[in-house]
Amino acid sequence: MANREERAAAVRHAFPPGSGVEEVGGVDLQTFRVDRKVLPAFARHLKDDPALDCRLLSDLCGVDYPDREQRFDVVYHLYSIDRGHRIRVKVPVREDDAVVPSLVSVWKAADWFEREAFDMFGIRFSGHPNLKRILCHPAFHGHPLRKDYDPGQRWLLREGEQLAPSWADEVQEDEDHFETQVLNLGPSHPATHGTLRAVVRLDGEVITQAEVEIGYLHRCFEKMAEQHTWNQVIPYTDRLNYCSAMMNGVGYALAVERLVGVTAPPRAQVIRLILSELSRIMDHIVDIGANLNDLGAMTPFLYMYEAREEIYSVLEACCGSRLTMSYVRIGGLSFDVPDDFESSVRYLLKRIPRLLDDMERLITDNRIFRERTEGVGAMSAADALDWGWTGPCLRASGVAYDIRKAEPYLGYETYDFKVPVSHAGDTYARYLVRVEEMRQSLEIVAQALGRMVPGPVIVDDHRVALPPKEEVYTEMESLIWHFKLVMEGMKVPRGEVYGYTEAANGELGFYIVSDGSGSPYRIKVRPPCFAIFQAFEHMLPGHMVSDAVAILGSMNVIAGELDR
Amino acid sequence: MGDDAVKPSPPPTAGAGEGPGAARRRPDGSQIFLTTRFEQMLNAARKNSLWPFPMGTACCGIEFMSFMMSHYDISRFGAEVVRFSPRQSDLLIVAGTITDKMAPVMVRIYEQMAEPRYVISMGVCACTGGFYRAYHVVQGIDEFIPVDVYVPGCPPTPEALLQGVVKLQEMIERGETQYQRAIAARKAAQAAVGG
Repeated sequence: MANREERAAAVRHAFPPGSGVEEVGGVDLQTFRVDRKVLPAFARHLKDDPALDCRLLSDLCGVDYPDREQRFDVVYHLYSIDRGHRIRVKVPVREDDAVVPSLVSVWKAADWFEREAFDMFGIRFSGHPNLKRILCHPAFHGHPLRKDYDPGQRWLLREGEQLAPSWADEVQEDEDHFETQVLNLGPSHPATHGTLRAVVRLDGEVITQAEVEIGYLHRCFEKMAEQHTWNQVIPYTDRLNYCSAMMNGVGYALAVERLVGVTAPPRAQVIRLILSELSRIMDHIVDIGANLNDLGAMTPFLYMYEAREEIYSVLEACCGSRLTMSYVRIGGLSFDVPDDFESSVRYLLKRIPRLLDDMERLITDNRIFRERTEGVGAMSAADALDWGWTGPCLRASGVAYDIRKAEPYLGYETYDFKVPVSHAGDTYARYLVRVEEMRQSLEIVAQALGRMVPGPVIVDDHRVALPPKEEVYTEMESLIWHFKLVMEGMKVPRGEVYGYTEAANGELGFYIVSDGSGSPYRIKVRPPCFAIFQAFEHMLPGHMVSDAVAILGSMNVIAGELDR
Repeated sequence: MGDDAVKPSPPPTAGAGEGPGAARRRPDGSQIFLTTRFEQMLNAARKNSLWPFPMGTACCGIEFMSFMMSHYDISRFGAEVVRFSPRQSDLLIVAGTITDKMAPVMVRIYEQMAEPRYVISMGVCACTGGFYRAYHVVQGIDEFIPVDVYVPGCPPTPEALLQGVVKLQEMIERGETQYQRAIAARKAAQAAVGG
């Protein structure tokens, strides 16, 4: 707590009481309530003061409190990579004057997050360069995450109303009368994987201008979460990053468990960790495979997909589902693993490295692959942080930030593994980092297998977990708990929490607000690839069209997580 | 080749070789040619060379990849030539949630596809919207385009999708797909007015 005091002093020094900055009790994170007039200066101070050093804007979102006079809160979550602390900033605004100064000039990462808050709540950000809807389609009316918006109210988009960038119709001509050409990539394009769209201006084959459109898979996760009980949200979390469904559920459950104050039993933690690491491998396989596929190399994908199928069979044996597992429960897991779990995972530990070696022999020193990826889409460490990058993409740019090391959960501090880092920051570096991460994940799994202690897989706490069936049939009290949990759902104490885990793409954050009822008041997901992908349109100018495909593949943009 | 699609005519009886439709035979009794209806032959060809357009938008797209890969291997059923241009494909597999923002794109793709064209709706999101009863999700793609086979599941297993393709092949053979029925209805209407 001493550090917390130091930070409070550093803030008080620049913003004395009465200047619009006030520290309010934050249970999980140090929280400041800030008047919007001083917000830009305060944000700049947070970033530049060496005692605060908040260089990473991890999340920005709105929250709606219709009963309050100042109806909306804009909530910022900040992180200091070097000092390892997090700060939450809240800016309350009134509904009739919902304007907040934009922080794009302080953190570039604010760009899309502010657009999302505008889209969802109608909060305007003054000074934002391109404030328009980002997830909902342009013919949409209203702001869906406001509490008074009916969750089923749809609006029809006609074909002619689709959005093109304002510059798409301009004709540019140089003195030799060479015209530039505007090219639309996606949303249905083999390299954009169905749901991403980029409009680029070409001078010859070189991109001079680009704009990205997302939201083609916006399926309203956050609104749906508010309509369901706490445990019913888990199947929705599986469909965020569906390439590694387990990790989303674990991240969500850990955040809610922090709010409730329970911890999963040791056996459940080890199983969660093993399956999370296997999911990380699956995710990297899809990313590398799809990236190579887009570059014209079909074989590695076919080779590596075999590893995925092998992992699928283990997952299916655990919970009956291959892809979207819904295996996690708040407080543990839904069932124990099958008896042959250890032996089948040991088989994977033997099999996957061989497939990895096969792939590496084909790709790592492949001249075509290296020439298409080395130096392509390079990102410096400072820029990557400014854009809010996390995960393998950030580590490929030379910042060794991995939540498993920085703020361990599930007992990661007791495992011996390395965090691969590269300094090139280009597409090839991102490939190398992912390959090494897969090998490190295998290391972790091998160590975890030795720690499979026998015991229960869900907490023995009837506020959160269903009592065992035999007790329900024989004991009155258990029957009552069962009834209440099924009919009303578990109750989570009033409060808020920002939970974060290292998912396959980076920091997966869940900002959860509870009003004490049986369903969440607000869940904001901090999707790692949302922050990563917003840099894409700024990386493109100067590259060729074919490079755009290589860069996009290396970012591992998963639409379910991007658009939610 | 399908077993039932091209039906050999009945075995020759006394006086075979007379008249149309009868099988001609060599002296050793082997058949020289067989007769069928042109439409049936076409359908047999169509059902065994489907060219899918994968519209993988979400989680189902990942299972669609499993369905393509060597473990499940759709090429056993003659539908492995995936085309990313709608103009080169005749089977639209909608694998994943379609949102209101995506719907016009999907309709455009469907209209660009080569005829006769078929649609498989993969997963509950594409079939009914699934558990996304929400403000931005199409509650079933049949709001916008005709669907031949619905494959439920969230996501469906690759086996289920394989069965969906087999079902579609059966439907094509019998002329029961939405497209074939629309054509048949048009022909019947033209015949009724003497056209």
